Amino acid sequence: MLAWTIYLSFAGALIEALLPKRNAALARWFALTVAVTGLVLAVLGFAAGAGSGYLRAVIADVPWVPAMGIRYTLAADGISLVLVLLTGLAAVAGVLFSWNIELRTNEFFAFYLALIGGVYGVFLSADLFLLFVFYEIAIVPKYFLISIWGSTRREYGAMKLALYSFVGSAMVLIGLLVAYAASGSHSTGLVELARAGLPVSTQLWVFPLVFVGFGILAGMWPFHTWAPTGHVAAPTAASMLLAGVVMKLGAYGCLRVAMAVFPHGMDPWGFSFIGIGSWRDVFAVLAVIGIVYGALVALVQSDFKFVIGYSSVSHMGFVLLGLMTLNQIGVTGAVLQMFSHGVIAGLLFAIVGRVVYERTHTRDLSELEKMHLGKRLPFAAWAFVIAGVASMGLPGFSGFVAELQILVGSWKADPWWTGAAGVGIVVGVAYTWRALQKAFFSDRLPTPEEHPKTGWPKFAAITWPEVAGVSMLVAASLFVGLYPRILLEAIEPAVRALLAGGAQ
Amino acid sequence: MNYADLFRVTLPETALEVAALLVLVVDLGLLRKAALNLRIGVATLLGVIGCGVAQWTIAHQTLIGLSDTSGNMVLVAGGSAAVAQAGILGLTVLSLFLLIDSTFTRHAGEFVAVMLMAATGGLLIAAAQDLLVIFVGLELLSLGLYILTAFAKQSGKSAESAMKYYLFGGMSAAFLLFGFSYLYGITGSTNLHQVMVGLYRSNAVQAAPLLYIALVMIVAGLGFKVAAVPFHLWAPDAYEGAPAPAAAFIASVSKVASFALLISIGTAAWHMFDGAPMRVSIHAGFVARPQPVYLGFLVAWPELLMVLAAVSMVVGNLAALAQTSVRRLLAYSAIAHAGYMLLGLAFFSYGPRSAQAILYYILTYGLTTVGAFGVVAVVERAAGSDKMDAFLGLSKRNPLLAGVLLVLFLSLAGIPPLVGFWAKFNLFAAVLGVYPVGAGLGLVILAVGLSAVSLYYYLQVLKRAYVMPAVDNTPLKVHPLTMLVLLVIAAGVVVLGCFPALLQGWIASFYTSM
Repeated sequence: MLAWTIYLSFAGALIEALLPKRNAALARWFALTVAVTGLVLAVLGFAAGAGSGYLRAVIADVPWVPAMGIRYTLAADGISLVLVLLTGLAAVAGVLFSWNIELRTNEFFAFYLALIGGVYGVFLSADLFLLFVFYEIAIVPKYFLISIWGSTRREYGAMKLALYSFVGSAMVLIGLLVAYAASGSHSTGLVELARAGLPVSTQLWVFPLVFVGFGILAGMWPFHTWAPTGHVAAPTAASMLLAGVVMKLGAYGCLRVAMAVFPHGMDPWGFSFIGIGSWRDVFAVLAVIGIVYGALVALVQSDFKFVIGYSSVSHMGFVLLGLMTLNQIGVTGAVLQMFSHGVIAGLLFAIVGRVVYERTHTRDLSELEKMHLGKRLPFAAWAFVIAGVASMGLPGFSGFVAELQILVGSWKADPWWTGAAGVGIVVGVAYTWRALQKAFFSDRLPTPEEHPKTGWPKFAAITWPEVAGVSMLVAASLFVGLYPRILLEAIEPAVRALLAGGAQ
Repeated sequence: MNYADLFRVTLPETALEVAALLVLVVDLGLLRKAALNLRIGVATLLGVIGCGVAQWTIAHQTLIGLSDTSGNMVLVAGGSAAVAQAGILGLTVLSLFLLIDSTFTRHAGEFVAVMLMAATGGLLIAAAQDLLVIFVGLELLSLGLYILTAFAKQSGKSAESAMKYYLFGGMSAAFLLFGFSYLYGITGSTNLHQVMVGLYRSNAVQAAPLLYIALVMIVAGLGFKVAAVPFHLWAPDAYEGAPAPAAAFIASVSKVASFALLISIGTAAWHMFDGAPMRVSIHAGFVARPQPVYLGFLVAWPELLMVLAAVSMVVGNLAALAQTSVRRLLAYSAIAHAGYMLLGLAFFSYGPRSAQAILYYILTYGLTTVGAFGVVAVVERAAGSDKMDAFLGLSKRNPLLAGVLLVLFLSLAGIPPLVGFWAKFNLFAAVLGVYPVGAGLGLVILAVGLSAVSLYYYLQVLKRAYVMPAVDNTPLKVHPLTMLVLLVIAAGVVVLGCFPALLQGWIASFYTSM
């Protein structure tokens, strides 16, 4: 049943491309139908996952290229289910926040649904080759979504994103080829590769290659630079998807491929240099740097969207740090953080890119300061307050549960990491507060010549898709924050199995 | 050898020649007064029928080849040769279809006839196991290509590029013949297998300087045919100046034939002792030594190919970044693709895996590139130029054509699930299967890295088609038959990409029936 999320999205993309060009409303409603159906399937799949104890359950398994031992295998465990659920949510929200797209509407939704299909595919693949195919399928629609419907320096941002992704996937491809050759060219199944007993010397160099390859898309410092430019250039729905699910593709790949197939790549080198003695230490330090660096850079941005863009780098640093703790609680927290950040970042980008920017036509914080948005756009202000506190990690929202678990996990691994990441949290409060204050609640009054004579012009009214989208995402974050067990029950057994190196 | 066998083995070639003559008779004899479109249509139809008949004879071939009086193979049938021949015929048909609706020449009959004759040369090369037959086949193919390149008589570029092509080609043929003569001098035979055996027996060390000269000469000659750097200089000009069907033919059929020849050489080097008692010991030797050593060929041949492959990948991909003409871009990308395939030849496997991977690559590459030239030809006819800016707004002017372009270019860049990705994966996996460490691994990493570079220049064209604002919005008319052919090619690229086992199984079937 879950497999239909993939087929449905691709079929939807194809049909969108063939729909009549003039009828934008039809394209929208059709896209919404497809996205909602996908979400419903994801929810049903999630509910059904309890039946297998959220352990790996094979959905489809047929030979694909028999001569090379490549199979078309889809499977889902708790981790996949949570991320599929996230994809469903983000997809529906993305369609809602793209309701006002008038330019080449059907093409927009065609690329959009193709991207969604690729993302579903990655999360459900149980064959490294298949996973790679879906991973690459997701690259091309991103390029077109940004370069056609984007804003600020869109062609630059789109090309940068596409090339970064492609370089990352080239690194993954090398890892795939080496693993395939070294395991005797029998299979590319994730489980089979993990059990193939690849030589430790090979794992030691393939692991960092694959981890960085996926890490690029997860916004790992110092390969994160595509993320802010890409997010800023992208149209709202695309930046929601980029931050919401595409960055998770990278983190998911790090976990599912790099760490599960090449676990000995994280073994100690046998020597240490300023306290760093394995690839695990290297990536944990990079993650911590990402957390702090992203937060500090977000603190001084003048473009509202850049603030959110860099905050994504910071939050994804938490995910990578959680993965590198290699203990149950830390990795569980990382997976939960993927979900949480997906929802919250999507919400933030939606508010900034759609609710605010489409009305003010500026994202410059010093311009927004003069506009009294707190009074003139109360809906946006309220929504941003909620999203902001969720992003800071206030108890009651999903981010709190996730980041707490990551910090506990990292304390067990190395208390220094926790200390440094804590700095990131504090700065996180600061940049969110600064953006909130400048954009919505500034007390800097406009000078008389800036003040319009006939009173402030009315902004276009808030539309129902915006309200629906915001409510949905806020509800998701709040629900998971108040009742995290619903996801944790799914994540924990899957993470335990994966860390044990058994059934993945 | 008896003449009945000769006739049976060369049936495909005969079918093509008969078709070529028939085209000339019909076009120059019966249709002299007819309209150009009708003449093109009839000539194309006859050409397609000829290719179809030839294909049919390949499928029903019962002989495994033709031996001379001392039992050496002259021409083989089946295996790699049959796959390559089938590919040559299929790609010839597609190239012929590009002729529809074109206006560059009034001599449709001659064009089709020359193309069929050149394809005959390709068939000969693919099957040949004897240096002389190889050389005759190569010349037959090349002479046809020079003429085809020069066929657009109103265009100065066409004449210029044909002249360049001819001069380079003549020189490279001389090199090749020179190298062949040395091989004959060392071994006393012109048969590929006997040459390999002779080189092994002569304990090639003694013959080393001569052998090296011979190999360098041969690599120069064949490097020209596959457009490998540094023998690639003709390619951008020829691709740019030649009329579209001719350029597509050069880019696809001629490449298939040349790589089939390289596969024959590699296979001969590996299998020279097959059936002889020495086989076991050699085989054991191979296992102990992972490096691909073509016995007698020494290490020189794989090493030459490795250098050629590395340089071609780097130069092809980097030079393509700077192009503004789409045809030249395709030429440099062809050079890069040739580099990938040479990598497969440098690390050639004993079993048929490498040969199959290279054939898979060259056939799918040929298919994609013929389609790409088809799209370029249509746009060029409307805009009068093949500059990238001629593609501006293509997605509005003709969404279907833009869709075809999108599929083909993404496939060339190696994006899954399109067929170009499978070809690359298959090829690189074969290379790593032969030599998973050191040079093999290093070159595969280089190749994968450079294919990431290639996405940039393919996207440059797609960006103009989809992203950038159009200069003129008038719909672009395409002849329905041309559109149909292009759609079939694009569909092929998608379907073969989604179900790669189809083509793999088809190629493998020729090996099992051997």
